[in-house]
Amino acid sequence: MQWETVIGLEVHVQLATRSKIFSGASTAFGAEPNTQACAVDLGLPGVLPVLNEQAVAMAVQFGLAVHAEIPEVSVFDRKNYFYPDLPKGYQTSQMYHPIVGAGDVEITLDDNTTKRIRIHHAHLEEDAGKSLHEDFHGMTGIDLNRAGTPLLEIVSEPDMRSAKEAAAYLKAIHSIVTYLGISDGNMAEGSMRCDVNVSVRPKGQEAFGTRAEIKNVNSFRFVERAIAFEVERQIELIEDGGKVVQETRLFDPERDETRSMRTKEEANDYRYFPCPDLLPVVLDQAYLDHLRNQLPELPADKRARFQNELGLSAYDANVLSASREMAEFFEEVHRVCGDAKQAANWVQGELSGALNRENLSIQNSPVSAQQLGELIRRVLDDTINGKAAKQVFQALWNGQGESADAVIEAKGLKQVTDTGAIEAMIDQVIAESPAQVAQYRDSEPEKRGKMIGYFVGQVMKASRGTANPQQVNGLLKEKLDALL
Amino acid sequence: MHDKTVTQLAAALASGELSSRELTSHFLQRIEKADGQLNSFITVTAEQALSQAEAADKARADGKAGKLTGIPLALKDIFCTQGVKTSCGSKMLDNFLAPYDATVVEKLSAAGTISLGKTNMDEFAMGSSNENSHYGAVKNPWDLAAVPGGSSGGSAAAVAAGLVPAAMGTDTGGSIRQPAAFCGITGLKPTYGRVSRYGMIAYASSLDQAGPMARTAEDCAHLMNVIAGHDVRDSTSVARGVPDYTETLNAPLSGLKIGLPKEYFGDGLDPEVEKAVREAVKVYESLGATVREVSLPHTHYAIPAYYVIAPAEASSNLSRYDGVRFGHRCDAPTDLIDLYTRSRAEGFGEEVKRRILIGTHTLSEGFFDAYYTKAQKVRRLIRQDFLDAFEDVDVLMGPASPTPAFDLGAKKDPVSMYLQDIYTIAVNLAGIPGISVPAGFAGGRPVGLQILGTHFAEAQLLNVAHQFQQATDWHLQLPAFAEENA
Repeated sequence: MQWETVIGLEVHVQLATRSKIFSGASTAFGAEPNTQACAVDLGLPGVLPVLNEQAVAMAVQFGLAVHAEIPEVSVFDRKNYFYPDLPKGYQTSQMYHPIVGAGDVEITLDDNTTKRIRIHHAHLEEDAGKSLHEDFHGMTGIDLNRAGTPLLEIVSEPDMRSAKEAAAYLKAIHSIVTYLGISDGNMAEGSMRCDVNVSVRPKGQEAFGTRAEIKNVNSFRFVERAIAFEVERQIELIEDGGKVVQETRLFDPERDETRSMRTKEEANDYRYFPCPDLLPVVLDQAYLDHLRNQLPELPADKRARFQNELGLSAYDANVLSASREMAEFFEEVHRVCGDAKQAANWVQGELSGALNRENLSIQNSPVSAQQLGELIRRVLDDTINGKAAKQVFQALWNGQGESADAVIEAKGLKQVTDTGAIEAMIDQVIAESPAQVAQYRDSEPEKRGKMIGYFVGQVMKASRGTANPQQVNGLLKEKLDALL
Repeated sequence: MHDKTVTQLAAALASGELSSRELTSHFLQRIEKADGQLNSFITVTAEQALSQAEAADKARADGKAGKLTGIPLALKDIFCTQGVKTSCGSKMLDNFLAPYDATVVEKLSAAGTISLGKTNMDEFAMGSSNENSHYGAVKNPWDLAAVPGGSSGGSAAAVAAGLVPAAMGTDTGGSIRQPAAFCGITGLKPTYGRVSRYGMIAYASSLDQAGPMARTAEDCAHLMNVIAGHDVRDSTSVARGVPDYTETLNAPLSGLKIGLPKEYFGDGLDPEVEKAVREAVKVYESLGATVREVSLPHTHYAIPAYYVIAPAEASSNLSRYDGVRFGHRCDAPTDLIDLYTRSRAEGFGEEVKRRILIGTHTLSEGFFDAYYTKAQKVRRLIRQDFLDAFEDVDVLMGPASPTPAFDLGAKKDPVSMYLQDIYTIAVNLAGIPGISVPAGFAGGRPVGLQILGTHFAEAQLLNVAHQFQQATDWHLQLPAFAEENA
């Protein structure tokens, strides 16, 4: 039988507010345990939450970026359950009236086609603390630094049909939240985590199969692997005459498998009810307009503009718009050099290669966008040739010069376009290579084209790479052919 | 000194007739002598009080005294006080030293008042008799066989016995007004949102409100001037200007329109209580007020609605007492579930457990709409009843409680205890202010007249109450206990 996979994602994005969602404590990552938890985060008797307006603004910005409806009123609810790292015995979340309503996101697939994934809603909530099971001699340590960190939970519709689509969706969300600057998107530090709902159904069947929820998958790669495993498990189970049960599963990246955590029957009754300590959040049109006006150009718009206005290929446009930093770097290079195609080639080629080799992100590139743009400009205006350009790039990378021009000057890489000077070098090379000249002369005419390469190389070497290769080529051919 | 009002004591301090140190020592001695019988305090902070008194006297000498500088007060043990045990009447918090001051405490302290200690209360403010305290029942100074009311029973008894001139209480379903009535003092429950709840240990967050308990309405007005106002730490506190509550105390009452809700004079009302209340209303007529009967048709739904909403919120609010970070923890837990269940089973009393169970049940899947959602609808109807009534009248009057103080141990059945709050509970559901003033006696025990106003009408309630106290002397009568222990 042909099976179809149905996937929905719940993505938890940690918002980059300075302080927590309901208290003034800092949200900075990596502090000593329990040093960033104030009376409110500890859930001491008598404390009350106060909503962080920055978290509201960030959630709304996300909503606007995914074309979502923003309800005038949203409400915080309490999700009640006991856990040692949940200090109040409830998590303040939004169950019934979330801050962001239905919207959609465009994802780009490997073949550069796009697909719309609908977002059901997104809601604000507080994170819990962490339970630490190591180093406590059979006891559990509790670190409440993370307790109260604002999260935006983005819930998709079950619109994805493959692990690749799910990963593309996660990347699209990642790119939107980092473009907006509402999250650092750092998955390794847990700034983005996701729960994956997976089910399978016979191709052509309309009704959904029973789904399993895979909790806490925290990388793009794991999302794909967890889904691949889960889909296979469900299909095998059904084909062997079994039934998928609705349950929560955990992905184990070490073993590359999902394992059952709890079934629906064991699920908590969270006893949601409106939090009486917080007022409903009421947003007026002026506030929404204000935030809308502050939205940066978003990945999908940038991608379209790169293709339509700058004439880049779909592939280039996609790569260059994937992150805000990459896009901004490219756009600056383009602004300085004036040639989008060249800018795209350099950013994706020489620069990305060097960054990857040294495992650097584009924000930490030793070569600035301004420097790279100027370098490309010197290629475009024939000041240097392509070979010299690579040398200049390397020098800039190594910090051996303030600008492309300074490197060109210091290293004497300016392209020689003076015909007389090039002819002199050619004459010398010809004079010093009697054997090769003889070989050239004796060859079949159609093979001479290849042999000319040797002479070009010698001339370029003599010019220390500065001679204009096209000129060298043309002049060499003339002179050699004159010897025939 | 013990029979003086806050207003009188403040004048004596201002004139130099008294020092705060003398005043504070006097009341501390009275507590020392008499409270063994009453059990109105859980913690007495004598040393701290004396050093605060000295600071107050110094501030006065330096010309930096405010109106209430140097006045001793007591705080219901529900208000967090930095470095002082804050038990909320529970074994669960018997070991809890609050690391911060509640906003109310901070404001009272900034106003120069002296805290003598923390008063006894029903555990987590759940009760109407003060019999639900881990620290034992409080006795009514008018009759040691009677309860003082609850949950602010310690505050009420201490003021009535002259152990402190005024005290702070909290009121979720009547917990200021009913004990004020039972003990023959004046107690004001402000509008929900008028006084910050920050640092006040939560019972039912949408109903809890702090307020003053004192001998007179004038004293309550002075205290309201200190504690009322918006607090950025409490999102439900209202950003609205605070009037000087003492300024309008003497406004004449001629033309005041009083409504008597017929539902507050029905079955179950003690005839002597009714008589006292009707006499009080006559006093108002003599002051120029007009009286008419009004109806609050949804009154009889108030108690059921309250016992859905309050326990629901309480079940969630009390989840933090899990033995993990603070409060009672059972000995040698074998695992996490054991830690939770035994810590909570040992730390909470019967009534608290009952309400947690009720609340957990009503919020459960499959029951939520039938209970919680329905109760919220009823709550809106009850609120509307009051708003409709205030279209026609300025204030509503009736008894604060259907009976005077009952005997200790008399109400074994929780539901009969819940029915005690029939006249007070709707007020919390509606969020309006209410005050109870002494209005006579029934069987030798005090009767409270309850006066209700619309949202933020505290100044009017205090004015109406003060004018009654200018015309009567019920509020000046002291129980024999207060004199015997002078």
